[in-house]
Amino acid sequence: MLHLDHLRLTQDGFSVTADWSLAAGSRLALLGPSGAGKSTLLMGLAGFTAPSGGRVLWQGRDFAALPPAQRPVSILFQDQNLFPHLTLAQNLGLAIHPRLRLSAGDLAWVDAVLERLGLAGYGPRKPATLSGGQLGRAALGRVLLQARPILLLDEPFAALGPALKADLLGLVNDLAAEAGTTVVLVTHDPLDARRFADVVGLVHDGIADAPVATEAIFANPPPALRAYLG
Amino acid sequence: MANRSVQISAWALSGGIVVLVLGTALALAVQAKGIGLHPADWAALRFTLIQAALSTLLSVLLAMPVARALARCTFWGKRALIVLMGAPFLLPVIVAVLGLLSLYGRNGIFNHTLQALGLPTVTIYGLHGVVLAHVFFNLPLATRMLLNGWHAIPAERFRLAQTLGLPSTFRHVELPMLATVLPGIALSIFLVCLTSFVVALTLGGGPAATTLELAIYQALRFDFDPGHAALLAAMQFAICAVAVSMTARFTLTEGLGLGLDRASVGHKAHWVDVPVLGLVSLFLILPLVAVIIDGTPALLHLPALVWQAALRSAVMALVAAGLSVTAALILVQAKVAGAPLVEGAAMLPLATSGLVLGTGLFVLTRGFVRPEAMALPVTVMVNALMALPFVFRLLLPQARDLHRNYDLLAQTLGLCGWARMRWLTLPRLARPLGLGAGLAAALSMGDLGVVALFAGQDQATLPLVVQRLSGAYRMDQAAAAALVLVLCSFALFALCDIGGRRAAP
Repeated sequence: MLHLDHLRLTQDGFSVTADWSLAAGSRLALLGPSGAGKSTLLMGLAGFTAPSGGRVLWQGRDFAALPPAQRPVSILFQDQNLFPHLTLAQNLGLAIHPRLRLSAGDLAWVDAVLERLGLAGYGPRKPATLSGGQLGRAALGRVLLQARPILLLDEPFAALGPALKADLLGLVNDLAAEAGTTVVLVTHDPLDARRFADVVGLVHDGIADAPVATEAIFANPPPALRAYLG
Repeated sequence: MANRSVQISAWALSGGIVVLVLGTALALAVQAKGIGLHPADWAALRFTLIQAALSTLLSVLLAMPVARALARCTFWGKRALIVLMGAPFLLPVIVAVLGLLSLYGRNGIFNHTLQALGLPTVTIYGLHGVVLAHVFFNLPLATRMLLNGWHAIPAERFRLAQTLGLPSTFRHVELPMLATVLPGIALSIFLVCLTSFVVALTLGGGPAATTLELAIYQALRFDFDPGHAALLAAMQFAICAVAVSMTARFTLTEGLGLGLDRASVGHKAHWVDVPVLGLVSLFLILPLVAVIIDGTPALLHLPALVWQAALRSAVMALVAAGLSVTAALILVQAKVAGAPLVEGAAMLPLATSGLVLGTGLFVLTRGFVRPEAMALPVTVMVNALMALPFVFRLLLPQARDLHRNYDLLAQTLGLCGWARMRWLTLPRLARPLGLGAGLAAALSMGDLGVVALFAGQDQATLPLVVQRLSGAYRMDQAAAAALVLVLCSFALFALCDIGGRRAAP
């Protein structure tokens, strides 16, 4: 269980608070207008900002003091998920071992992941030679290899267009289900939330509400959601 | 949340630079003998300021039509001309001076032409010679900086002016740009001219044309009067510190707005551009040609000591470049990760000069260490330090991009320490690192400053050998050694620069 215990995150003088928990294996969409604090919350969970109050626990253990790489968390950014000067295999290898000292077993694992993502044989290529959809899948490979119980997605694949984005979100869905990963997705698109998430958390005016079942919240939208949907 | 080890080394390094620069200045102030200045010292101060002001004024005034012509003309060889404009920055001063002497000296083409026309000849020694040499070095520098200003004007702004039917794009578009960039350019050139030593050493001298730097050298080398040298060096430091603090204020106001395309500037070439670009090309190329013509005959008959000095200088230059680039890399990483004051430390060497640092170290270590024992290590350290501001500035933009784009990803992956250096920082910054190393190596290779204060007979660097040969009127050997020097400088620069490009992904 992911537990945000009176958590307060502050970035550039702006604060967002959250006090709720999320069952392991859930898929949560954080929905709300831009500037409401969605990204601040996500960056705090990933470990780029230290909390200014409260705790954040996974399976009962507080990880608020850990650096990003030691948290039970992996993250997909909006872009810049791969280093352009390294090959795909090197990029994915970094997720296993930051010094890139890879054993034959590690390399086989990288190849297996590339194959699973439909990128078999793409290991020696640089990111610039890939299409947008392929880049998205390669970035997913990176988080797959990190193999963390929580996956954070910051408006992922937003630049790709609706069809490709739906494809990739479907892939995330499958992979998360296979591994039992808890997923937190930040989006401003209600359609993403409806299609992907089983719970939705509204973020408005610096408050992240407790998650509510997706069908329930869209069937009977609270005032903040109604205002956002227009 | 940047790397702790980087932060700590950056602090240690900044502290070292501050102690070295301000510590030597303090030592000079303490050691300075009395407050009484001789009339000759006042003359040196006055000459230093006058020659710097005149050189700056001429460089900037002449650079304006050149930069404007370059901005609005397209012609075959334009890129080559712009590259040529960068060459004087790498050219060892002593080499350029020999080239200028060969052209404008007593037996130069210039005076022969004057004689043939029945006109009186001119001498290159004194104020106008010093100014001529400084314009040779700084006119191209000013042109390149101004050209950046012209390129930074968005083409949309020219189109807007045309749409509005403004009578003069110069007044409404170009003049505001000039008003923004000119003070900064003028101040940096003024600073270069304040601290130039070799030009005054070779073309100046005597009561009428001695700069402070030259006076420091003479006080130490010929009068053996460290107290007097310290006083002069303290004055020199004070002037440079004032100039640098003013520069810092101006370069902050550089942003001119970004255009969507920066290729074309919205007005046409003018016939004036042809003679302007032709004359400036001749002015820059002829001294180099003179060095090649004068130097080639004796090239194969140079004494062994020239080759030994060349090897010594090249090794020293590479060590200095390595030190400078390493220091700049550490400081720039700390700077982009948000460490305060680091940039100030990196820029601090601009406030001093090699000769001032050298005099300060001489005063501090007098009685403990023989000057000859310090000559080469101190020269390497001073050269590394003097190149630091330039290398830091070269690295900064790309280090900033690197941090903005990839710091979060690196943190998520736990990429830190040497692994981050090996897999992220070095490959991403290979180009500016190579360029910076080349710049530092070339500057160091051609430097003739602090080594002239200390070096004994058998420790000469190549620039010092060139200066000694020309001082002994062995001009053909001096010219040949100068040719070796300029080839070494450009080769070291090219080696590092190409290495960086090759290593870049």
